[in-house]
Amino acid sequence: MILDSKTPSGPLAEKWTNHKFNVKLVNPANKRKYEIIVVGTGLAGASAAASLAELGYNVKAFCFQDSPRRAHSIAAQGGINAAKNYQNDGDSVFRLFYDTVKGGDYRSREANVYRLAEVSVNIIDQCVAQGVPFAREYGGLLANRSFGGAQVSRTFYARGQTGQQLLLGAYSALSRQVANGKVKLFPRTEMLDVVIIDGKAQGIVTRNLITGTIESHSAHAVLLCTGGYGNVFFLSTNAMGSNVTAAWRAHKKGAYFANPCYTQIHPTCIPVSGDHQSKLTLMSESLRNDGRVWVPKTVEIAEKLRKKEIKPADIPDEDRDYYLENKYPSFGNLVPRDVASRNAKYVCDEGRGVNETGEAVFLDFRDAILRDGEDLVRSKYGNLFDMYHQITGENPYKTPMMIYPAVHYTMGGLWVDYNLMTTIPGLYALGEANFSDHGANRLGASALMQGLADGYFVIPYTVGNYLATQPYDKPSEDHPAFKQSEEEVKEKLERLLSIKGEKTVDYYHKKLGKIMWNYCGMARSADGLAKAKSMIKELKEEFWTNVRVLGTEEELNQSLEKANRVADFLELGELMIDDALNRNESCGGHFREEYQTPEGEALRDDENYAYVAAWEYKGENQDEQLHKEELVFENVKLTQRSYK
Amino acid sequence: MNLTLKVWRQKNASDKGGFREYKVKDISEHMSFLEMLDVLNEELLEKGEDPVHFDHDCREGICGMCSLHINGKPHGPLQTTTCQLHMRSFNDGETITIEPFRAKAFPVVKDLVVDRGAFDRIIQSGGYVTVNTGGVPDANEIPIPKVIADEAFDSATCIGCGACVAACKNASAMLFVSAKISQLALLPQGKVERKERAEKMVAQMDAEGFGACTNTGACSAECPKEIKLSNIARMNREYFTASVTTENV
Amino acid sequence: MSWVTKTLNSTLGRKLIMALTGIFLILFLVVHLAGNLQLLIPDEGESFNLYAHNMSINYFIRSVSIINFAFILLHVVYSIVLTRHNKKARPVAYAEAKGSTNSTWASRNMGILGTLIFIFLLVHLRGFWYRLKFGLPDKVMVGDAEVDNAFIIVVEAFKNPIYVGFYVLSMVFLAFHLSHGFASAFQTLGLNHKKYTPIIEKVGLGFAILIPTLFALIPIVMYLQSI
Repeated sequence: MILDSKTPSGPLAEKWTNHKFNVKLVNPANKRKYEIIVVGTGLAGASAAASLAELGYNVKAFCFQDSPRRAHSIAAQGGINAAKNYQNDGDSVFRLFYDTVKGGDYRSREANVYRLAEVSVNIIDQCVAQGVPFAREYGGLLANRSFGGAQVSRTFYARGQTGQQLLLGAYSALSRQVANGKVKLFPRTEMLDVVIIDGKAQGIVTRNLITGTIESHSAHAVLLCTGGYGNVFFLSTNAMGSNVTAAWRAHKKGAYFANPCYTQIHPTCIPVSGDHQSKLTLMSESLRNDGRVWVPKTVEIAEKLRKKEIKPADIPDEDRDYYLENKYPSFGNLVPRDVASRNAKYVCDEGRGVNETGEAVFLDFRDAILRDGEDLVRSKYGNLFDMYHQITGENPYKTPMMIYPAVHYTMGGLWVDYNLMTTIPGLYALGEANFSDHGANRLGASALMQGLADGYFVIPYTVGNYLATQPYDKPSEDHPAFKQSEEEVKEKLERLLSIKGEKTVDYYHKKLGKIMWNYCGMARSADGLAKAKSMIKELKEEFWTNVRVLGTEEELNQSLEKANRVADFLELGELMIDDALNRNESCGGHFREEYQTPEGEALRDDENYAYVAAWEYKGENQDEQLHKEELVFENVKLTQRSYK
Repeated sequence: MNLTLKVWRQKNASDKGGFREYKVKDISEHMSFLEMLDVLNEELLEKGEDPVHFDHDCREGICGMCSLHINGKPHGPLQTTTCQLHMRSFNDGETITIEPFRAKAFPVVKDLVVDRGAFDRIIQSGGYVTVNTGGVPDANEIPIPKVIADEAFDSATCIGCGACVAACKNASAMLFVSAKISQLALLPQGKVERKERAEKMVAQMDAEGFGACTNTGACSAECPKEIKLSNIARMNREYFTASVTTENV
Repeated sequence: MSWVTKTLNSTLGRKLIMALTGIFLILFLVVHLAGNLQLLIPDEGESFNLYAHNMSINYFIRSVSIINFAFILLHVVYSIVLTRHNKKARPVAYAEAKGSTNSTWASRNMGILGTLIFIFLLVHLRGFWYRLKFGLPDKVMVGDAEVDNAFIIVVEAFKNPIYVGFYVLSMVFLAFHLSHGFASAFQTLGLNHKKYTPIIEKVGLGFAILIPTLFALIPIVMYLQSI
């Protein structure tokens, strides 16, 4: 199969406008004859479900949490980008587009990114109209800040809780449609399979997490808005429940999985404190606007710090290495996430880490507090400082914060065309679940933008283009394809329950996470990846013979839920390794040690790897087949990213 | 540290349920409360016993999914979410009582898991601004004084965890409902339907079987996001004004 | 259901009735106290008896007193309705609940305090109001009018140390009831403001201390005078 991105022709700035005009429309009276399934209720899912229901489609929305408002979009802190140019500092749609493509290390599709930048302005309008309380100036107009890697102030924010406020906005729109009867909500329901009939996605099979009942839902189109797969690393900033199952099951049914190796390691997380750790907590990147990152100049001083012989405040400026400011004078502490993360790893690998485990660097607000006063710092970052204090027991107003990179976001995901449709007709992927807009690295404050762009402003147009060609009738839920899928799902759950082995699910998940972090994390090498691949294979085999899942299928059974998700992570892990091995270059969130500049920066190979790697599932324990979507850059010049 | 846990176990909604005691050993003070429960569950699994079910997701204090009534208080001794509660708040050798949130409107699903769907239904009854996607004015066409925006924000930070209901001696949901009514009544975007909203949301709150307010202030004192009691006063104002001025006879 | 009953039957409406009747009863306490304090005027009860007489013949005062009784009953009935509703809202109690860490004792025990005050009220009405209305009170001349000698009933009653003790204790209950009820009524009415609420709270606390203290002072003084 040849990957067709279906990118509209014409000049970049007119593609989306032309496309919107060219897509087929569904008559308002006919929209109610179509049913659309939306899986996941985060920013992408909730906004899509609400917008489609407003148009008149019948929507079924699913989430595994107890309420759609819990989706992990809620945890996004920093902000959302939009090319409003309210600050008169030279921002424009093209600049946002350009920054995003460059930030993504030239591994994203130009047309998609331009569209994202274009609709970004509508998102802010939409959210304000919903009552999202963005930060404002005293004059009553919206405030902006500059955010991770951007040289203009285009980020809209709601204290450190932007994701929460945006999600609650989308959730309120969704709730309105539930009340209107246009959306039927299925909380605590997990999608376990997508059902393909006549080559089209025609429904899903779910498990009711309370009763364990396996159910089928048929529809004319299925939208996967199920987020990223960062939890393959066990420790990440994702929620405990975040998983790849929906996307992975779709992948196994024929949806290509694109660029799985692109994972974003966020530089400002609270360091790991011990083996008990269940997740990592992100400190908003906005902290880097005022905090200065440093480690001691010498290993000796760092050792004293680790032994708690000296306090950070005792170290004079001449013994501090503000390594980001020194190495990247123009961007300083605001270099993109991948650069900041990798440099933290370098200085810690040199033995200059500052906490007991040696895996932490300082993020110091001393100078900001001296310059602006504690009150101003508190007003900007108060809740983040409190959070840090609560988790670590240390007061960041008095002593510098300690941070270390952690897995945060996955740029890879289901391959989608310009219409956000996967390789399975009628099956769409939105938000973090797709691969489309961030290339090899996502810029700060762009995830919220993409989730909402996909849900509010893209899918309402593009799904109509597909549905307009579809008959009103949909297959009955008694169709053999549904029954077969239900059987497969049940069989897998029963298998997990019947192993009755020795080790718990978390044991395997933690092991998998360690392998992935060590060999497919911040830095990767061919040797390491090859080793990791065999380790995962072994681990997978052991999992399927020795995992212990108690209880039954017909009840709320959290171990069974976890086991089912970890089983998919084990398979995904292998594919990530394959993808990382295949990509013999360094770009964005994928850093291969063999491919770096003499200064240790990522070295791309545009000649050979300026493509999207889309993988096709070939069956249990078979190598997946690689398909390439060549990336064509007509509007930006590929350069070595430089933040010096 | 070593601890004794007195945990509410209940097989399902119809089971009567009761407390069971467990011992956990070598708990680090850096663990979060939920990580301590993870340790317990790993041990139970190894022993072949059914692990304790509890709700949790983001584990960074924002999704509102974790609950638990710990030693007589929702989310335990600190004014934060259970996932942000760390074991340094407890003493070695302590007995910790862990119960589910108790309210008629929050029925127990299993062990410590409760159904808070009532909150969703309350929001569905009117916790939104009626605006469709697209066709909205430019964001800066609606100037909002910073103080108003900040106050609306304070109300909007509610995470819907239900600690207010759990803390209230009457299992009242007034703080939750009033936070949403306040946020939208303060903002010009929400003012248009403020009256209808107040009437509908209060009616739904009552239909769900929550208790009335005695103004004890326990809800606000336990709220992880420090939602203020003044929201409840504002809701009362909104509701009474709506009752006497709308044309809904 | 009309909009009126719908509003008043909502949890908020019921609370509104509690607040409005409560505020009325707070005002009543002031008026009642003003009358009672006349017991302390050393004129052998002349001013008090005249006051009591004037109260009983003034139609306005008499209608207000009927409203007052009605409001007391409404306050009681609605408190029972609300308490029953609130109990139903939590069918399974907590094994452990640390209410003291998040709220005042009075705020959590308004029902008990109210019940105790209500018992006092019944005894109080039986002892004074009932005897004046339906007993055969002595008559006494004030100026040229013959009026009921209410003063002597009070004097007699406050010779009993047990009754005085009961009275004083009841005023303590009243003080606690008011310590929460005063400000709470304003909150229920929606009268909450950054500037004024702290004032209301302070006035409420002052009121809760001052009024019951003055009420309690009268039987104590009169008892001391009697021995």
